[in-house]
Amino acid sequence: MNKRGKNAIILFFIVGLLLLTGKLFFLQLINKEYKVTADNNVLRYEIIYPSRGLIYDRNGAILADNKAAYDILITPRELAPFDTADFCSIFNISRERLVNMLADIDARRQSIGYQSVIFVRQVSNQQYTHFLEKSYKFPGFSVQTRSVRNYPSDICGNLLGYIVEADKTYLERNPEYRAGDYIGRTGLEEAYEKTLKGEKGYTIFLRDVLNRIKSPYAEGAYDKPSVPGKDMVTTIDLPLQLFGEELMQNKVGSVIALDPTTGEILTLITSTGLSTEYLTNFGVHYSQIISDPLKPLFNRAIMSSYPPGSVFKLVNALIGLEEEVIDPSTRFSCNMGYRAGSLTVGCHAHPSPTNLVQSVMMSCNAYYCNVLRSILDNPVYENTAQSMDQWERYVKSFGFGTRLGIDIPGELTGSLPGSALYNKMYGKNGWRSLTVISLAIGQGEIGTTPLQLANLAAIMANRGHFYTPHLVKEIPDDNAAQPKATQNHTLVNPHHFEPVVEGMYLAVNSPAGSGATARLAAIPGIDLCGKTGTAQNPHGEDHSVFVCFAPKDEPKIAVAVYIEQGGFGASQAAPVASLLVEKYLTGDIQPSRKWLYERTLEQDLLSRHLQ
Amino acid sequence: MRRRRDHLLFKNLDWWSIATYLLLVFIGWVSIFSAVYDPEHSHIFDTSQRYGMQMIWMFGAWLLAFVVLLIPARTYVLYSNLIYFIGILLLVVVLFLGVERSGSRSWLVLGPIHFQPAEMSKLFVAIGLAGVMSRPHFHIQNRRGFLQAAFLILFPMALIFLQKEAGLAVVLTAFVVVLYREGLSGWVPIMGIVAVVLFLLSILWDPVYVLWLCLGVVFFIGFLESPKKRPVLITALIFASVYFAVPLALKLFSVDLFSYIKKYQWFLALAGVLSATLLVIAFKNKITYLKVLLPVFAGCVLLVFSVDYVFNKALKPHQQARIETLLGIDTDIYGSGYNVYQSKVAIGSGGLTGKGFLQGTQTKYNFVPEQSTDFIFCSIGEEWGFVGALLVISLYAFLLFRIIIMAERQRHPFGRIYGYGVAACVFFHVFINVGMTIGLTPVIGITLPFISYGGSSLWTFTLLLFILLKLDASNY
Repeated sequence: MNKRGKNAIILFFIVGLLLLTGKLFFLQLINKEYKVTADNNVLRYEIIYPSRGLIYDRNGAILADNKAAYDILITPRELAPFDTADFCSIFNISRERLVNMLADIDARRQSIGYQSVIFVRQVSNQQYTHFLEKSYKFPGFSVQTRSVRNYPSDICGNLLGYIVEADKTYLERNPEYRAGDYIGRTGLEEAYEKTLKGEKGYTIFLRDVLNRIKSPYAEGAYDKPSVPGKDMVTTIDLPLQLFGEELMQNKVGSVIALDPTTGEILTLITSTGLSTEYLTNFGVHYSQIISDPLKPLFNRAIMSSYPPGSVFKLVNALIGLEEEVIDPSTRFSCNMGYRAGSLTVGCHAHPSPTNLVQSVMMSCNAYYCNVLRSILDNPVYENTAQSMDQWERYVKSFGFGTRLGIDIPGELTGSLPGSALYNKMYGKNGWRSLTVISLAIGQGEIGTTPLQLANLAAIMANRGHFYTPHLVKEIPDDNAAQPKATQNHTLVNPHHFEPVVEGMYLAVNSPAGSGATARLAAIPGIDLCGKTGTAQNPHGEDHSVFVCFAPKDEPKIAVAVYIEQGGFGASQAAPVASLLVEKYLTGDIQPSRKWLYERTLEQDLLSRHLQ
Repeated sequence: MRRRRDHLLFKNLDWWSIATYLLLVFIGWVSIFSAVYDPEHSHIFDTSQRYGMQMIWMFGAWLLAFVVLLIPARTYVLYSNLIYFIGILLLVVVLFLGVERSGSRSWLVLGPIHFQPAEMSKLFVAIGLAGVMSRPHFHIQNRRGFLQAAFLILFPMALIFLQKEAGLAVVLTAFVVVLYREGLSGWVPIMGIVAVVLFLLSILWDPVYVLWLCLGVVFFIGFLESPKKRPVLITALIFASVYFAVPLALKLFSVDLFSYIKKYQWFLALAGVLSATLLVIAFKNKITYLKVLLPVFAGCVLLVFSVDYVFNKALKPHQQARIETLLGIDTDIYGSGYNVYQSKVAIGSGGLTGKGFLQGTQTKYNFVPEQSTDFIFCSIGEEWGFVGALLVISLYAFLLFRIIIMAERQRHPFGRIYGYGVAACVFFHVFINVGMTIGLTPVIGITLPFISYGGSSLWTFTLLLFILLKLDASNY
């Protein structure tokens, strides 16, 4: 009849089939999204979690290893009525709680689908065995074994850090992690997460739409075994660490001991810190930890910034020598303090005048006010601001005002003033050396971390240089991840250190009545050099500070102790440091000093903090 | 004499079509095997499984085809009315005696035989329509002829709707192609397509935009048809400026027009005034095109406002969801969009050459529902990739081409009309079925001819094709 009709129909058919072809072309060849979805759909990856790497102390004692933990899983689809009373008695939970837990699972039924979810977390070994005996009575419940951290000795938890399930923000920042993965937080666990975590493995199964496992995929050809985390040898000396923690009981503050010849940290204590029993199940104890007024999560050793007090006189003395505004024989007189116009910096009673060595030994405030003024009013420089900046450069070379680079997260820089800060505070030319006179005795705008003070002790021991303080000695399977301890030199010539070290030696080892400040720290037979500090605290008792190293020649240990609200440096901090040194060098406390050990243990300063 | 001719007829068969047919049936069988493959019943002849059953349907279909070739061609012409009547009777009977299966009452059960008269409806409508329309004095352009043809299609359609087999009912609209071939004005299918597009747009958009679109098209056609262009432009401009300016002017007097009436009401009020004015002018000045255009516009407006009712009241929730899925409104891939999403994943993951025979993970592990019947194309797309899918579509294209060639070379109009009926049904099934597996058409649950699992579908399409082959061979 009419050809037009035929052609139109053929055209219509062709257009229709071309539409299909075009869409197929797009779907199968252009769009990649569906390919990925198909894999996710059908392959079920059963994750095999690796065990975390072990953490050893420097002599091979275990600080952290792993143990098996048992989680009770529930599979709602397989649930059948069961003996709830029996269930409650096994796991020691109340009936109401069980009903609530089941209701909660029931509410999530849709999203759980055919999967299993954790119902009771980390049951005890005993509960686990009881459950196994009766498991036939509880259809829909099963056990999942998981490895969790175990701490053979209860050391300061802040050093190690804790393990938690990765939260949402962490997962967003670290796409290689999946929900349900565990991660190390704070301390060594966080810093060495990559080393310790190992690699997850998986077994691949094919599954159908109901999530039923059909068969292992390709007979396990693509399965991946898990790789355990790498073990780590730390620089910590476990007996010394435990001894230090014993001494610090009932005190708030921190202790750092390091080997000045390497920068290896032997002991790092923050008190009061986290108990290891909180580490294993951090989530459960979280609210308790957070509400503790003594802030156990706060690692004082690296996160607190206090004025260093008289300890800082060592630095000023060295700068004065290097700048040649004083020499070892320079004497300044002190009449119960330093007076300039209306300003007075008080001092304690001691023989006057003093030379440099005596000033360190007796910790004379007036001497250092004179030293600082000589440094800042040095005619070599155009103005105070310039000499101030020169002073700042010196102090910085001692590691103050910067992060030293210890291999755990959270280290503070402390604060170090320069002319910029004072220009801001007082206006340009609105300040002079007298304005900043508190810096002479380690007060005022300066803030240091206890770690920086320990580092100062190491610098004194080394007569002018230090190694980056670090906590990991060796990762036997991974040399690349090891921290590198670089040698750093201060801007002060090593020969200037001798008179200052001599002062530190005399401060500890002078006879009674000489005015030495740290005689309590003296250890018969060991040449200990030390410097006390008392940092003013507007909120309560002064903080007690002590830095020291020993022996005087070829030093093996440098220590800083900072005890908050401990009063005079000599009274609280010095004994702790001294006992620690003796323990490290001789392995014991000699009978003549047992009284000091006992006195230190008895000191209970917590009440000062809990008011 | 007749006997001898009948013997000769086997020689005149269109072997191209038969070869294509056999290839498609074979592809179907293998795809079903792959789609529901169960390692415990790994034999393709295992009749406890669907692939084994499909083999039985295949043999049945070939037996039927053979019988059809034995029956003289004129039988279908002579008894076309009877065949149509029997078909209608079955559709009525199934309403009362049918067995309910997943919400629809469309299956007849006679002992071990289950079959679906609605699936067969294509066959008897094609024959009935060919019988009536090939009568000497039948003209589709006449109102009487048009109404006759329309009734032959719409009556069984209504019966199938009553069985709640909406998909199979919609298939019968394919016969519009036949009417068009026989001289029906092209406007009828075009209007139909426009109506569908407007319907979908009204779901997607605010009615005001659809109304503006309609008016825009009307103005455009008016502009093309009118001998004087300027008045049309001025009218359009006045309309638009009044529509926008009045509410703005009222706002200056702090009166918000749209807090009293809705936007579409304001539009309709203006359009009403305009239409009335134009209608008066059209009759005064005898402007023919306006007399047509204005009712068309009115019809569009009515359609737009019926959408809400039709969509929410006439369609069932699952049908609404399918349309929403198609339009991308409903993206719930775990709910109503699940089938299409999983189907797209299966086909999309096939890539260029597919995953290989029996390697399709999506279809094999039941991610795609109805994988051996309505969604069998997934299995092909996943395991044989774009190449395989294109091959299947090409086979259909070739078959359609052969069918049209056969239809066109018939001496008697019966054969031509019937042939186009077959082509229309095959095309509609292929387009909708493949389209729904790739998210191009709504999911209305119709089979892929010759390939999908199931006796009713395979036998119906075999009969459709072989009756045409017989007509062609004997060139009645």
